[in-house]
This record gives sequence, C-alpha cells and structure tokens, in this order.
Amino acid sequence: MTTPTPAVPDTHPPADTRSWYKRNEIRVTPWLFLAPGLLFFAVYVVFPIFQSFNISLYRWDGLGEATFIGLDNYRELATDRAFEVSFWNNLKWLVLYLLAIPLGLAIALFLNQTVTGIRLYKSLFFFPFVISQVVVGLVFSWFYLPQVGLLNVVLGWFGTSINILGDPDLATYGIIAAGLWPQTAYCMILYLTGLNAVDPEQVEAARLDGAKGWRMLWYVIIPQLKPATFIAFVVTIIGALRSFDLISIMTNGGPFGSTRVLSFYMFEKALAEFGFRMGYGAAIAVVLFLIMLVFIAYFLWSMYRDEQEARR
Amino acid sequence: MRSILTALAATTLLTAPALADGHVSLSGDFKIVSDMSNPAPRAVMEGLAAQFGELHPELNVELEVVDREAWKSQIRNVLSANPPDVVNWYAANRMGPYVNAGLFEDVSDLWNEIEGLDAVKGAMTIDGKQWGVPYTYYQWGVYYREDIFNELGLEEPETWEQELANCQAILDSGRKCYTIGTRFLWTAGGWFDYLNMRTNGFDFHMQLAQGEIPWTDDRVRQTFANWRQLIDMGAYIDDHQNYSWQEALPFMVNGEATAYLMGNFAVAPLRDGGLSDDQLDFYQFPVINPDVELGEDAPTDTFHIPTGAENKEAAREFLKFVTSAEVQTQINAGDALGQLPVNANSSVDDDEFLNQGFEMLSQNATGGIAQFFDRDFPAEMAAIGMEGLQEFMVFPDNLDDILNRLEQARQRIYAN
Repeated sequence: MTTPTPAVPDTHPPADTRSWYKRNEIRVTPWLFLAPGLLFFAVYVVFPIFQSFNISLYRWDGLGEATFIGLDNYRELATDRAFEVSFWNNLKWLVLYLLAIPLGLAIALFLNQTVTGIRLYKSLFFFPFVISQVVVGLVFSWFYLPQVGLLNVVLGWFGTSINILGDPDLATYGIIAAGLWPQTAYCMILYLTGLNAVDPEQVEAARLDGAKGWRMLWYVIIPQLKPATFIAFVVTIIGALRSFDLISIMTNGGPFGSTRVLSFYMFEKALAEFGFRMGYGAAIAVVLFLIMLVFIAYFLWSMYRDEQEARR
Repeated sequence: MRSILTALAATTLLTAPALADGHVSLSGDFKIVSDMSNPAPRAVMEGLAAQFGELHPELNVELEVVDREAWKSQIRNVLSANPPDVVNWYAANRMGPYVNAGLFEDVSDLWNEIEGLDAVKGAMTIDGKQWGVPYTYYQWGVYYREDIFNELGLEEPETWEQELANCQAILDSGRKCYTIGTRFLWTAGGWFDYLNMRTNGFDFHMQLAQGEIPWTDDRVRQTFANWRQLIDMGAYIDDHQNYSWQEALPFMVNGEATAYLMGNFAVAPLRDGGLSDDQLDFYQFPVINPDVELGEDAPTDTFHIPTGAENKEAAREFLKFVTSAEVQTQINAGDALGQLPVNANSSVDDDEFLNQGFEMLSQNATGGIAQFFDRDFPAEMAAIGMEGLQEFMVFPDNLDDILNRLEQARQRIYAN
C-alpha cells in the first residue's frame, strides 16, 4: 500500500448499484399508491370540470352537432329570470342552512348529560339524519298539505291556514325547514363527539375563576369545539348545495319555478324531460362550480393553515 | 292455425327483399325497450312480445319495460349508446329531436304497406317522411259527475254561456266546477289547448305552436281573458299547484268538484275510486267562438326503430304487426289499454267513454286533431309555457308579465 490513507474519511458513498426503483423507493412509493386514486380523480372529476367549461361555450342538444357560440349562454344567463331566482334561492339555502349549526350545538349541550336512558334520547334525536332525504321530503310535504296536513289542522284551530309549498314566496323556506331537520341532527352528533373531547380540567379551572353560563360556553367550551364546528360548517355548506332531492320531491321546482336552485335548474335545462340544452346547462354548472369554489378554497386554505400550525 | 301463420309469413316475405331466397322468417335477437310500465299497459306489452315471439319461433324476443317517467330522459342515452330494435315514444314535435339527430329510422316504406292509418299519418310525419308508427291514442274532454249534474238539473254545456251558467250553479251548490292538479304543469297545458282552439281555432293554435304568432297577440290575450272568467269565478279547486293529476282525482270522487278536463286515462282511476258509469259521463269541450271549427287533443303513443338497431328486419315486421287491424282491436280493448285503436279497420271496444271519444274524434273534430301542448310545442317552449300557464291560474293578474316572458322565450327558441 503505497497510497497514503487520506486524513479525512472518504465521504463519497460507494457507487450505488441498486436499481432506479430501489434507489428512489421512498419518494416513488407514495405516488404509486396514490396513482389509482389520482387517475380516477382526474378522469371522473378534473376532466369533466374542463369538459363542462368547454360545453358551456356551445349550443348542443346532446344528440346532434354542437355549434360554437362563445359566451352566448352566459349572456343569456344574465337576462334569465329563472336563473336569477335559482341563484338567490341557492344563497337562501346557504345562509339559512347554517342555522343547523347553532341548533345542533344547542341540542348537543342539552343531551350531554348523564340521565337514565340518555343513549335512547340521543338516538331518537339522531334519527332524522338516518332516514333518506326522500322520506324527509315526503313527510314534510304531507305535514304542509293544505287543509289536511298536520300544520294546517293545527292552524285551523286558530282559524287560519297557510299553503306553504303552494306559495311562491314561502315554498323555499318551507323546504329549507325540512332540510334543517336532518341537518340539525347531523350537527348535533358532531358536537356530541366534540363535547366528549372537552378537557374537564379546563372547565374546572374556568369554574374556579368564576366563569359560568354563557361566558363558560363562549370562552371555554366553544373554542375547544372548534374542530367540530369546522366539520359541521363543511357538511352544512355541502348539504345546502346538494339540496336537489328535497326540492325535487317536495315541489319539483314549483310553483312556477320559485323553489329551484342552480343544481335543479341545471338538471331541468339539460337532463330532464324538456331539457335539450346541454350548453346552457353546462353554463349553469360552471356558475355553480364557481360558487362552490369559494367555499372549497376556504376549506382547503383553513385546513392547510391548521396543518402548518400543527407542524410548528 | 299453422297454415295461417305460414301464409302470413309468406305475405310478409314479398315485402322483405333481404329474405327473398325463401324460408320463413326472422331470426336472431330482437330487443324491445318499452315505457308501458303502468300495470295494464305492461300486461299488453308483454302480451304483444309473447305473441310476436310465437309468430316467429326462430326469433328470440327480449322485452325490457322501463319506468314511463324515467324513460323520458333515458331515451337519449339508450338511442345513442346501445340502441335496441324497437322503442316507445310520442308523436309530433316530441320526436323531433331524435328525428333531426338521425336517431330514428325512416319507416315511410312501411306506411305504404299498412292500411287504415291515414288519420294518424300527420302526427308521424316530419319533413314529408314517417318516422315511426302509432299504437294507441286517446281523447281528451270533460269527464263529469253525471249524478251531480242531474241533482242540480244541469245539461251538458254546448256553448261557453251554458258552461259559465252551469259552473255558477255548481259553485252555488257549494262545490267547485273543476278539479285539476297543476303541480307537474302539463294539466294546465290541456286547458290552454282547449281554450285557445275554441277561441281562435285549431290552425291558429298550431301557428302559435310553431312560433309564428307572438304570445302578446290580442287573440292570445282573448284566450286568457276567457280562461280568466273561470278563474275569477273560483271554478277550480284551491291549491291546485300542490297536487299531481292523480292527487286531484279524490276531489271529483268525493263530489267536492264536479268535472275534470282530462285524457281518457283518467277513467280507470275514477272507476277504481268507486264511481260507477251512472255517476260518470263525458262531454266535448264546449264551443266558445262559433266561427271556428272544433279542434281536439288526442295524444298518440308510438313505436320507433332506432337507426342503430341491429335487427331492423324484425323491427319492421313488429311495427306492421302492432298496427294491424286485429292487434289494434285487441290491445286497445277496454280490458287492455282502454284507448282508441289507430287503425281505421279496427273496432272500438264497447265502452261508454271509448265510444263517445271515437265518435267525437271521427265526426266532431273537423278543425283538426292536436297532440297536446307539450308535444306540439318545442320542448323548451312547452316547459316555459306550462310554467307560465300555472302561474296564470294562481295569479291571473301577472298575465302581462307572463306573456312578455313567453314572448321573449319564443323569439329566442324559434330563432335557433
């Protein structure tokens, strides 16, 4: 050995003879596992979104030739009163549906006690969420029926009556009320689980400091329920945007189109019995997508922020 | 029997050049998709498929019955994706989109071979060709409670004045003149069809359907003015916008309302509801403007061959089979579909309502026979129009707004 041993050890690792995959295994494997999901997500979610954008620029009956008409569908939307009504109804749904969150919280707080049979009461309160939306819709439309419905029988004792689903000014609120019934139950169950995770020591400490009632709720309990509130908010917004089935069952969009929301209007224009306007339907879908995008962006942003905080 | 079948097969051979080499018949798979999903029609359709299968033992007949309402939106996918050999649909403008998209087969040649269908040819014709065959149709008109009319001493009205007088008498007795459920809109279309045809005539009504007349025209307004007379009297049941046509039936069965402007398919549920033929009767919608001839609604249901069908031989044979005089008599009988046969050589079953309907349509509909609001008007116009009609029935004061909206829609829809 004539070559002197270097003073510092050789930091070059021995030439890696493993295969490319072996060398990059740690980086590649997650992507391999994600690949099927990503593929399906791309084909069934991302691609159709762009397809909708594209179709919305055409006049197309879904069968024959599509004619490119630029932004004409959107121009027509701007003057379409039925679209305007649907749009405002969507907003009504979004705002009023959020009532499910405080209502759910109230019921959860009420049920969060140890009494004999509390499990039974909890399940009874949760019951409306378990039954199908279609059934909820039917139950409420019977409840609202003019003359023979329970609501009008009760009102009849006071010498008055109201045809909620037949009145264009009230029908949407009637359907939202029906939707709130199961949605409240959903929020309640979210809060019940959240309440289990509330730290009893903090409650104890707050009590020692003299907090009770509303102050206890507002400053101690609700901050700890933040994760539950976030989820409740997400599912409620999503629930409000998917209000299709209740509307279809209870009023079919009527009377004279006053209870339509964007998703229902899109269905009517593009896919229903008299709908032959794929382009116009797609344009409505794009508008609906943009509305949803606001919420999706907010959800993603707040989840991202939480993750950053958790890492810190 | 065997010999009759062979003879029948032999005659069909003459008209089927592809089989000119000789032996009977049709073979392979033959797939029918039918929307006759209500109990009675379903039985009829199953019977038809079985009978046709017996006639052609080599043929493997497959029948798929789909829900009638769902079919209205499914048909587009079925026709463009994996078309069967025969499908159900509707006549007139309702078949337009599929004809224009080249999805229905031109069957004009069949029409030269079948006899007795001249009366219904118009409804199946687009661009001078026929695109399918009808298998049944039914009259519309006023079904009323004969016993209540007798009790109040009323006659079937023939003029608008009598009609209004009758209605006033009925209202005075604490009942409503008409039941109707406009929740699914089309029932209001029936009222408009009749009022407009009686006010302005069949030809005017068709011009309106084809977009040649503005909705804001004074003649259209006259139709609505006539309609408003009934609405202002309170002739219709309250809250009709909440009910489907079926949900409006009990008002008539219970005697809270005395009449129903409907298609003949309402007779079966009214009978099921407990009304006997002594309590139930029919009259033609009364004359409003004596200067116009009477037009009638008589919607026609049809069979078509998709252009993508694989066994068109069998499909054509089936269309001929369905429209033949004997089969028409059989499937439209009171215990089957309970409607009117399309073949003039068939006989109408001896049923009070079928007889009256047949007589009315063959002798007293000189103005012309319309299909129905939602089949004569283009789909989009029909949808927007019926919504406006429902609104008018609830808030007649909104008329100007409604007509302007419809007119706006007309200018856009027919321009394309």
